[in-house]
Amino acid sequence: MATTFNYKRVYVWEMPVRFFHWITVLSITILIVTGFIIANPPAINANVEATNSFWFGYVRAIHFITAYILIANVIFRIYWAFAGNQFANWRNFIPYTKKGIHNILHVLKVDIFLMKDKEHKLYNISIGHNYLAAFSYFIMALFFVLQIMTGLALIADSSSWFLPHAFKWVSTMFGGDILTRYIHHISTWLFMVFIIIHVYLVLFHDYVEARGEASSMISGFKFIRSERLNEDESEIIDKAEKITWKGDKGKAKNKEK
Amino acid sequence: MSTSNEKQKTYYESIIEKGYSRRDFIKFATYMTAFMGLESSMVGQVVKAMETKKRIPVIWEHFQECTGCTESFIRSDHPLVADLIFDTISLDYTDTLMAASGHNAEEAKQASMKENYGNYILVVEGAIPTKDGGVYCAIAGRTAIEVLKESAAGAAAILTFGSCSAWGGIQAAYPNPTGSVPVDEIIKDKPIIRVPGCPPIAEVMTGVVMYYATFGSLPELDSMGRPKQFYGKRVHDSCYRRPNFDAGLFAESFDSQEAKDGYCLYKLGCRGPVTYNACGTMGWNNGVSYPIKSGYPCIGCSENNFWDNSPFYERLQNIPGMGIEATADTVGKIAIGAAIGAAVVHSVATNFAKKKEIREAEVSGEKNEKNIKA
Repeated sequence: MATTFNYKRVYVWEMPVRFFHWITVLSITILIVTGFIIANPPAINANVEATNSFWFGYVRAIHFITAYILIANVIFRIYWAFAGNQFANWRNFIPYTKKGIHNILHVLKVDIFLMKDKEHKLYNISIGHNYLAAFSYFIMALFFVLQIMTGLALIADSSSWFLPHAFKWVSTMFGGDILTRYIHHISTWLFMVFIIIHVYLVLFHDYVEARGEASSMISGFKFIRSERLNEDESEIIDKAEKITWKGDKGKAKNKEK
Repeated sequence: MSTSNEKQKTYYESIIEKGYSRRDFIKFATYMTAFMGLESSMVGQVVKAMETKKRIPVIWEHFQECTGCTESFIRSDHPLVADLIFDTISLDYTDTLMAASGHNAEEAKQASMKENYGNYILVVEGAIPTKDGGVYCAIAGRTAIEVLKESAAGAAAILTFGSCSAWGGIQAAYPNPTGSVPVDEIIKDKPIIRVPGCPPIAEVMTGVVMYYATFGSLPELDSMGRPKQFYGKRVHDSCYRRPNFDAGLFAESFDSQEAKDGYCLYKLGCRGPVTYNACGTMGWNNGVSYPIKSGYPCIGCSENNFWDNSPFYERLQNIPGMGIEATADTVGKIAIGAAIGAAVVHSVATNFAKKKEIREAEVSGEKNEKNIKA
């Protein structure tokens, strides 16, 4: 007879991680939209003099401002990879351990190729990221760096700030702005492909495992089987669990006495 | 052809000797200061340098090229600049302009190189083929590599005029059948100034020569070896159509009213935003015009590898080596489609493959639902 397991809430994504995630979502969305407008602007040729219109300039300004917000965001996340909890730590993102490799193979078999999980092992179920997902974020992090570097190199000569100029060498390395811009453009598509796969797999995990995968990036909590915790239960009773039902009121009062 | 006697004269002496007044000379110096991209307070220094500096010998080598750079060079607009070209600098050897030919020409070059060893400027026009021992370009029976190495040995500095000698140009464009390379891939031990363009602006070329001639040092170069005063800004930054760009006013075809009204040519593939050159500020043909001003988008002729970044009239170039005409956007759309398709297929497959687990969870969940306390 099938039963539901006892689940415990674990605080997986700390507040800074969640903020990072949603700032990234917003800024990447804005950057993709404005980026494609910049790459191929619609010719809205209203009958105006150039003096009276500046919409394309504003689109570019939004792109640049958002890019700087994203840069600050990424720098913060790199810091948090050292300062955050065990699920935010950089060690999650590079599968350099035996455990990591094993987990990647498991995820590939069971989640991607939908093969039968013959022996259910609790340790195969990841609490934070699974190692394959985390590794994909690591790859994306490299593309973040590539986008930031090519973007700053492209804006260097229109900027008087030292930071873009510090990346001028990227353009030199690629032999000029033409290729640099091209790489910046191509990588954008990769971000979009990533978003589709990422969102789909979040929905997949939530659907199949039902442990709050999707909502975890809002609340910060995920649910894990109580067998995986070794603390005494009473220590982890939180406020929510103290809520009592009408019918239980008497009992609760009795207990207090 | 200048003689060695003439070389001993300063610029000032040789100009005055030709019947120009001191006033003309000062005008010329002012003009040159502007050419060199220097501020007006530098005029005094330029005058002083021209009064005291000896004329500098120039050897001009032609390799794989179309002579367009020379054509551009001799169209420098100021009469004294024309004099500069033909008399003031000692253009000791240049295939196109010298009177001597055949053995005499080669002898003149050898003599000049020997006499001015370590002091002359070497101007190179054209790329250098390296395939099959460099047989694809030979002058007087010797390969371009050999000739270049010989001339570069005694040069004080090398100026690469035009995109061919600076980047490789059209010979080096895909598939580069002759294995052409720019000068800096062969000569490593000399200061090389890139003066790219197809061709470069005449005043930019003379400006660079004059800078070296007057100050005896290289102008400030950017990270890619180009003189900053001419290649420090994008064509886009000084474009007179720039207000239309910021206003989002774009011409979409060449024959449209928008194009005639001077709207931005960005959507017609203009490479102005990625091209470093002085077209917008200096102009061509006595500053009369430049491509964008004439209604034609910049093709980025002074940029590395610009031939391969085709088509010129599209913002997004084709992906090299794809065979079919495919832009990054085409590939991107296919990738997005594939990702969505894979997600849909996977989600359907999940319902079959994980049927048992999902059903079990549902059953127990339903049971719990029935046990909810009222």
